[in-house]
Amino acid sequence: MSRAEESQRRASARNGWLLSAPALVLLALAASGPLLIVFVYSFLEKGQYGNVIWDFSLDGWVGILFSRDIFDDTLKLADAHMTIFWRSVKLSLLTTFITFALGFPTAWFIATRPATQRAMWLFLITIPFWTNLLIRTFAIGEILRTEGLINTVLVKLGIISAPIQMLYNDGAVLVGMAYVYLPLMVLPLFSAIERFDMRLLEAGYDLYASRMQVLRHVILPIVKPGIVAGSILVFVPSLGAYVTPRILGGGKNMMIGNFIELQFGQGRNWPLGAALSMTLLVIVTVALLFYVRAINRGGTGGGHG
Amino acid sequence: MFVQSVFNKCGVFLDNQEAVSAESVVKSFGQGPAAVRALDDVSLTIRKGEFFTLLGPSGCGKTTLLRLIAGFEMPTSGTILLDGQDVTDLPPNHRPVNTVFQSYALFPHLSVRENIGFALKMLGRPNAEVEARTAAMLSLVKLDALADRATAQLSGGQQQRVALARALAPQPKVLLLDEPLSALDLKLRKEMQVELKRLQKETGITFVFVTHDQEEALTMSDRIGVMSSGKLQQVASPREIYTAPVNRFVADFIGETNFLPATSAPGGARLGSGAIVAAEGEGTVLTIRPEQVQVVGPDAPGTIPGTVENLVYFGTDMHVHLRLGDGATLVARMLLPPGGEAGLSTADTVGVTFTPGAARLIRE
Amino acid sequence: MAERSFSVARLPGFSTIALGVFVCLYLPIVTLVVYSFNGGPSIAVWQGVSLHWYSEAWGNQAVKDATIRSLIIALCASAIATTLATLAALGTTRRAGFKGQTVIYVMINQPLMVPEIVTAVALLIFFASIKVATGYQGLGYLIAAHSAFCIPFAYLPIRARLEGMDTVLETAAADLYATPWQTFRHVTLPLLAPGIAAGAMLAFVISLDDVVITEFVKSGGQDTLPTYMLGQLRRAITPEVNAISSVLLGLTVALLTVFFLLTKRRN
Repeated sequence: MSRAEESQRRASARNGWLLSAPALVLLALAASGPLLIVFVYSFLEKGQYGNVIWDFSLDGWVGILFSRDIFDDTLKLADAHMTIFWRSVKLSLLTTFITFALGFPTAWFIATRPATQRAMWLFLITIPFWTNLLIRTFAIGEILRTEGLINTVLVKLGIISAPIQMLYNDGAVLVGMAYVYLPLMVLPLFSAIERFDMRLLEAGYDLYASRMQVLRHVILPIVKPGIVAGSILVFVPSLGAYVTPRILGGGKNMMIGNFIELQFGQGRNWPLGAALSMTLLVIVTVALLFYVRAINRGGTGGGHG
Repeated sequence: MFVQSVFNKCGVFLDNQEAVSAESVVKSFGQGPAAVRALDDVSLTIRKGEFFTLLGPSGCGKTTLLRLIAGFEMPTSGTILLDGQDVTDLPPNHRPVNTVFQSYALFPHLSVRENIGFALKMLGRPNAEVEARTAAMLSLVKLDALADRATAQLSGGQQQRVALARALAPQPKVLLLDEPLSALDLKLRKEMQVELKRLQKETGITFVFVTHDQEEALTMSDRIGVMSSGKLQQVASPREIYTAPVNRFVADFIGETNFLPATSAPGGARLGSGAIVAAEGEGTVLTIRPEQVQVVGPDAPGTIPGTVENLVYFGTDMHVHLRLGDGATLVARMLLPPGGEAGLSTADTVGVTFTPGAARLIRE
Repeated sequence: MAERSFSVARLPGFSTIALGVFVCLYLPIVTLVVYSFNGGPSIAVWQGVSLHWYSEAWGNQAVKDATIRSLIIALCASAIATTLATLAALGTTRRAGFKGQTVIYVMINQPLMVPEIVTAVALLIFFASIKVATGYQGLGYLIAAHSAFCIPFAYLPIRARLEGMDTVLETAAADLYATPWQTFRHVTLPLLAPGIAAGAMLAFVISLDDVVITEFVKSGGQDTLPTYMLGQLRRAITPEVNAISSVLLGLTVALLTVFFLLTKRRN
């Protein structure tokens, strides 16, 4: 390679960095960089009124699973924490399952519309996807409220005599999360199904498969990368959810996100909050790595590749 | 250094006859053992005012050479001169050449008029001049009526004309054309071939035309450079390329031809069967075009005996596949008489002769 | 005439579920908007059409302030994010792959990958110490934070547009004597404009809608519309919140429609 070519190549790389630099600086200052501080804080001692004392301590990390007995200073498994983790994982998995059960038929329906209608149906799914999460949570909350639409209608019809308390429990959080994250499941499923070659169905039926057998043995295996992608896209934000459990779960039915906030508020245990944040970050990163693998596989042919 | 610059200055006064000159140009893509040599030590001179065609199969390096002349790529080694001036390290916007791209590359956000005036505007020419030249170009390519259209509204042929006008507007020293006709249908392509030739005559600009279509090259060019595997195989006039190819590649790529193993012999070439035919040139392969092969009766004197293996009907003519005594095969093309009967059938024993002066010995 | 044929793509019950999903998806939002026009104070009992709650919200100084603050932040953040994202997209597309390109790509998309609550906590800690050190309490923190997490949203459509653009057009410009700057100014930028507009639109919507990071970064008295609403939810709900939501919703849908029209024109 000649010097001119070499210097041209180097200039191109340098320009690439220079052009990206302003964005990277802002991201380092206001997004990625502060994560390092959280990492550091997770190894410090908690201050009495919040914040930290600059002494090394593993209390934050230990505190994730254990609590220290105030009297004899022994470590016990922290039941309250376990409940919160279990609720977070359980609700996230259930949300993923519900969004899949409802999202797959929806994605299939959109993908099998005539080409002219497809864009319209897709647009109907994307609108909620981009609209304010708070407003959507709020909207479902208004429906579920004691003085909300469902209760009012049921009472008016005489089916129930007094309004039922539907808000502020795990069920409400589950309904809310399934509602707000559904588009995240439908969109990747749709793009997987859209690539699916419908002639394979003809082959399946030709070879004596019933509709259910075709679904189970032909469609699902082929669109699997889309299923994995959608599941992770729903699971990840569910696990880190903050707004939905706060509004629909009330103060008591916390998930990890609210638990983290608590440590920086009334809990005044910043190192524990930092350690919890790091743990959440690691789980999410691992899930996203699976996601990247799934979409890479899905992109290279849409089959078992 | 001083001598060089004096020499360059003199070039201006000496009325340089070389429009483009490439000296030992090498271009590799990639690095290390995986590097591919797209151009392998190519030297070439293109004269002022000529219609020069670079001809070869895809991947032979012809487009790479064109891009090096335009300045879109830099040579790995070697020098490129435009009008006697070394431009090897100049970026494209400082070279007095313009390109007609294979995909036309018309700016979709600009009108036909704005596309054509683009270069002059970039050069900061006064508005009056830009307008005058644009108008002149529009009438040169007969697009006056469509001046304010968006380029996407034009047909393929019209887009082609805009691309030509745009590249000609700044009056380049050399116009580079990268397979400009390949996207057009056959009828339009024929029209544009005539049109291009007319434009070249009217403007007097040197055209460097890249194509893989040998017929296009033969009909339009003053000279042709045949390329293969990054090397120039032969540079000559169309007639010479067709009648006197220097090697098997050129003979094979241009038109249809027969190859027969042969050795040099006094008075011509000795074929495998021992027959001696008159042939010019030197080498181990005898070439003869199918239309220069005649099939006659088996007893005619001075003929090579052979048998008819197959007959392929083409409407106007017939391809006769022949096998000679030594097992060599060749094809003869016979014009068919009215009624279309050649009077031959498979397995006939026949005599074969070549038109005098048509057979040539070439290197492998 | 009815066509009788075996439709291979039909699966039992799928269409019913799908239509049900669409109804459930829109029912709460539609209810929310409908009851914003309710004459009475209930979010479920209809008492006639009225713009009462819109005028109530409009007369509420806190809502007005929050609206103005939200718009200022969204405008600044989308302008900054779009500018930086455009530069980064130009730096990371259509050139020979270079060392560290993946790092840049990962960093730019990082806000999409980290749970918002984690970023929010990180910014809370970081900005708290800066607030103490500098004494500055203004909107700058919110604008910086919003700009940062809007970058990937602006970057993606711009990058997509750039990758769809044929580099031969820029080559042609250089061939026609345009300097690199002229090429950018007269060819690249005009062709990229729809992508930039789309990116800006998304960034604006994302900034306007943010709750979590804003909630953690804001200083006292810096409520945006979403954080104001979050605060209101603790109290007895009146259709005033519906009215605010409806306006915000209308704005988002309008911007999204423009976004889709812009990205569609590419084809």
